[in-house]
Formats: sequence, C-alpha cells, structure tokens
Amino acid sequence: MSPIATWAAVLAGALACYLTKLLGHRVPAHWLAQPRVSRISALVTVALLAALVGVQTFTAGGVLVLDARVVAVAVAAVALALRAPFIVVVVLAAAVAAALRALGLG
Amino acid sequence: MPASPPPPDALEAAQPHDPAAERRRAIRQATSVAIATGLYGLSFGALSVAAGLSVLQTQALSLLMFTGGSQFAFVGVIGAGGGGVAAAATATLLGARNALYGAVMAPLLDLRGARRLLAAHVTIDESTAVATAQRDLTASRVGFWWAGLGVLVLWNVFTLAGALLGNALGDPGRWGLDAAAAAAFLGLLWPRLAARSAQLVAAGAVVVALVLTPVAPAGVPVLAAAVVAVVIGWRSPPGPSAVPGVPGTEDVNGSDEVDGSDETGGREGTARRSG
Repeated sequence: MSPIATWAAVLAGALACYLTKLLGHRVPAHWLAQPRVSRISALVTVALLAALVGVQTFTAGGVLVLDARVVAVAVAAVALALRAPFIVVVVLAAAVAAALRALGLG
Repeated sequence: MPASPPPPDALEAAQPHDPAAERRRAIRQATSVAIATGLYGLSFGALSVAAGLSVLQTQALSLLMFTGGSQFAFVGVIGAGGGGVAAAATATLLGARNALYGAVMAPLLDLRGARRLLAAHVTIDESTAVATAQRDLTASRVGFWWAGLGVLVLWNVFTLAGALLGNALGDPGRWGLDAAAAAAFLGLLWPRLAARSAQLVAAGAVVVALVLTPVAPAGVPVLAAAVVAVVIGWRSPPGPSAVPGVPGTEDVNGSDEVDGSDETGGREGTARRSG
C-alpha cells in the first residue's frame, strides 16, 4: 500500500474511532444501555480479537500454514493461564518463535 | 472475580467516608494502570513498524486513534496484506465498545464543550474501569482523568520507543514479531473469555476467519467473523447468566450499577483488567 493510502486509512480510522467515543457521550444513556446492544458490542470485540488471533497464528499470505507461530501462541496461552503480564506474554511468544527459527524449525 | 460483590451501601457503612483518601486511592489505581498499559505500547510500536507503517504513522495511531485493541487490529490487517478500508473498518468495529463506555461516563462526568471533547478521546477500557471502580463521584472523576490522560501520555511515549526499537531490529520474522502480534491479540482476548457465550463466539470467529482466508481478500475474513457475534449476541437470552460473564458489561461494572447514581460499586478488580 502506498504511503498516501496508508495515511488516509490511519486518519479515517482514527476519526471513526473518535466519533464512536463521542457518540457514547452524546446519545441518551438508555439507547446504549439495552442488554442486547451491550451484549453484541462485547461479543463483537471477542469475535474480532479471536479472528485476529486465528489469522495471525495460522495464515500467511492468504493461505493456511503451520509454523513456529503456533508453538509460540500455545506458550503464550500457557503464560496467560498462569496470569503473566501482557508484555511478558508478548515478549515470550516472540522469543519462542525466534528461537525455533534460529534452530531451523518453522 | 468475586461471585457477589458487597452492595455499595454495605461498603459505605463498613468504611468511614474520607473524600481525600478516596481521591488518593483513585490516583494510585490510575497511575498503576497507566504504567502497566503504557508499557505495552512498546509492543504496539514495534509491531506497527513490523507491519509496514512508518514511525510517524504509528505515532499518529497512538495519538489520534488512541484505543489499543483497534490499533493492534489496524496494523494486524495491514500487516496481513489487507486494504486500508478493511483496516479502518476492523479498527472502528473493535472500538464500538468505547461508545458504551461513553454512555456510562457521560452522566458521571457531566461535561460540556471542549472538556467533553477531550473526555471522549480518553474514554477507553482503562479510564472507564478505574472510574467505575471508585466509591464516590469525585474519586470517579479523578480516576477517569488520571487514568485517561496517564495512559495517553505513557502509551504515546512507549509507542515511540517501540517503533524506534522495531525499526532497529530489521527483519520482523527473525525476531518472532509475527508471533508476538498473535500473542498480543490473545492477551487482549483472554480476559474477555469468562462467559460461555464469549468462548462460543471466539471459537466460531476463528473458524469463520480461517475458512474465508483462502477465498476472500485479506482483511475481510476478520470483519466477517464479527457476524458470529451478532448472531449469537442477538439470540442469547438476557438472563442473569449472561450478565456477569459478558466482559463488555463487566468492564463497566454493569451499567445498571452506575446509572443515575453517585455510587459506582467498589470492585477494585476491574481496574486491573487489561485490554
């Protein structure tokens, strides 16, 4: 993607995210307080994050692949289950993938 | 996570009210949340330049978009070869929960004009969690601003450090930064998986995204996975089992607890959630 196209996406995305926040401050509270709205909103967050985990772990260049990332993410999951802080989890996953690749695995 | 937190009245009765102490407590919580959150700006900065954004574009995201999950998603879609529209749309959808936080915070803050515009910008997971974990109105407001502005400053400082570090590292794959991106999304997802419905949505979303990956343009599989959330969220009965487990409602202590009241519950645990 060209730098101009990336900038356009950055600014458009930033504006849309800001207007979403402002919307919450401007509309009557009861509009957004409906159980179905808050439930779907929470689940949309879950769905997008889960899909991103899947795509970042199991795909590369539009095809499904199994490589060092799968092992790294499995280690990250164990670290999260053990309540490791976010930054530790991220660094650990990078270290596992880097080590496996240095050994010629994945 | 306590199954049934004591009602706010009981807390008030048990502990004599000291407004200054409440404010100090709010500032302490906000500061620790800001430091912890700011630190993972390091990983965002590094992953963003690894995905192909410039240092300046990375900084613009942290300053202007300023909502962590959306920023990670934006660079994730770009890094996977997705277009600008898919990246911006995914980021916006992921930021939809901030509108709910705004609706909870607006009556507590009661602002107009420029202050409201600034408050909207710093309405994120962390500021809302700290604000709603306080026991009186003033402490809530103090906690909101300290957490919101504290995260804004530290998140941007550490984003810059991460971006410069990422640039210096060179080949992202050699350092495992692609795996770090996947782990970052897992870390943001993890605290939201308590409820059965959330686990179901997560599993369904992964399947949809992976099935669509070989056939749809990059970025589209992730967006399409959001449909799973709408389908399951639409049908779930709004019974009591759905409420405590749904992370979006839990992050703000349940909107019913703060609606039209000065009291904001007292669960400190919510302030320590990440995401």
